[in-house]
Amino acid sequence: MLSNITTTAATTAAAAAPSENVVFHLLAEYVPEGVPGWILPIVTASISVGIVIALISVMAMGFTWLERKVSGHIQCRYGPMYAGGWHGWAQPIADGVKLLMKEDLIPIGADKALFMMAPAIVLGAIFGAFVAMPLAPDFYFADVNLGIFFILGMSSLTTIGVVMAGWSSNSKWSLYGAMREAAQVVAYEIPLGISLLVPLIVAGTFNLREASELQGDFYGMGWFVFKNPFMLPASILFFIAALAETKRAPFDLPEAESELVAGFLTEYSGIRWSFFFMEEYAAMYLMCLVASVFFFGGFESPFTYMAREQFGPNAFITNVVAASTLIVKSIAGIVLMMWVRWTLPRVRIDQVMTIGYKYLTPLALICVLGAACWEAIF
Amino acid sequence: MLDQQKVFYGILGLAVLATLGWGMSTAGPAGLAFAGAASFTIGGALMCLWERSIVRSAFSLMATFCGVGVLFILLGADFVGMAQILIYVGGILALLLFGVMLSPPDMTERKLVRVGGGLLTMGLGVAWVAGKVAATVKWAALPIDQLPEPKSHAEEIGVAFIHPEQYVVPFELAAVLLTVALVAAVYIARRKMSDFVPEVASQQENA
Repeated sequence: MLSNITTTAATTAAAAAPSENVVFHLLAEYVPEGVPGWILPIVTASISVGIVIALISVMAMGFTWLERKVSGHIQCRYGPMYAGGWHGWAQPIADGVKLLMKEDLIPIGADKALFMMAPAIVLGAIFGAFVAMPLAPDFYFADVNLGIFFILGMSSLTTIGVVMAGWSSNSKWSLYGAMREAAQVVAYEIPLGISLLVPLIVAGTFNLREASELQGDFYGMGWFVFKNPFMLPASILFFIAALAETKRAPFDLPEAESELVAGFLTEYSGIRWSFFFMEEYAAMYLMCLVASVFFFGGFESPFTYMAREQFGPNAFITNVVAASTLIVKSIAGIVLMMWVRWTLPRVRIDQVMTIGYKYLTPLALICVLGAACWEAIF
Repeated sequence: MLDQQKVFYGILGLAVLATLGWGMSTAGPAGLAFAGAASFTIGGALMCLWERSIVRSAFSLMATFCGVGVLFILLGADFVGMAQILIYVGGILALLLFGVMLSPPDMTERKLVRVGGGLLTMGLGVAWVAGKVAATVKWAALPIDQLPEPKSHAEEIGVAFIHPEQYVVPFELAAVLLTVALVAAVYIARRKMSDFVPEVASQQENA
């Protein structure tokens, strides 16, 4: 039951795309004679998915630490300081061990199968989305031609998981949280998609790697945000919609702890609970990566430009510099998200709907029209 | 008395395993992928019919929609497949769940007559479709053991939608139709002036 649909879809899409990635080339050198040709893509896909899962889990653990440090410093505290030594770096490991040890509670009235399946669907969907995410010209798991389409589709699957968690808990708090999540995501998927249309109009491709490479002119500073006057407002709209899409404050209505106990998470405990949090941080990271790729240059920067001039476009060191550029950019986005969370108060549910339908959607449409006109004229 | 739920899911699981084995043995990995996607599609649909709780039925539609999306991708229509997942699972299913989530589960006893009638109807339908397919498709000529060339069709679809000699008129008409439907839905759902008539409001307060 845990080997859910999303992973199947991800691997299928990876197999359907020409997925001859780094892992494939490394493996291809060591394959003995007489192995059937279809084994290699399947092994490549499995290893790639394994790398994605390991990488994103570690990243998510790091982000929980970062969140506590950022929130601490914003509130004139230190945050975790003891576990591990230097600024409490081992705090997420300690938390993880604690969560693994905790009792796995399932409410008596709960729909047991759905209750256990919900964290798996949520986590599987978000890992599936990362498969289409390139880190550098040669560092990608699957070079999906419709990358951004695939990522949006996969991350929309997490909504179903959250609604499933809320409904199957058999608790009023959870149900309210799930309803808010459904309403909020349906409202904010529209401005999210429409504001992404602006860079897509400029780029002319759905492929994230190609979109990144298009921004390498002007010494690595030809970012889309500088190429069209409607790009900056679109990036702000995308950021707001991404906050709502990832259930981050000030849009954390589904788990509003001062009103709904913990929303859809109320009945979850231990490792299942931590799966939802891993999903939240992974979704934040995904949205920041998408924003970096489509608005702020992707893996292109003056450093990448210099490395490319120095070592050639396909050198290993160029790829490493490109990947670090993208990761640094997206971590900057995550710090911004945390800053927003610990600065702004939560908005009410009717205000959430008003912001989504009455302001963000029309503004995003205006941005698309303006950007299209600009591209047509110049 | 055996638990009906367990019997149903046991049979379903065995059928899925049989399908996977059959796909692998007839057409290799391509057949396995197709069998997996097909069993998700049909298994989800069967669960949707079987479950007494309307919300569980709605959740099982997720498997169906994802299975159809993967089938599209396997057939080389990657844009349609991903749009299927994005629109049906992300949008339509979320809305559907939003609608049915508060309804109480219908846990009344399952009537054997109804189950038998449903099975009979389904069997007749499947037999009819299978007969039609068997009569028309030339199996020997089909390249069943290979997937189509992976190639993106997004650009062709985009051009076809806006090209004046292709599908621009149906595309725009569909857009207008959807806008009309949206406006009509808002008109029906919004509060009327009669909701604010003072006498009605005061009567409600008294009651």
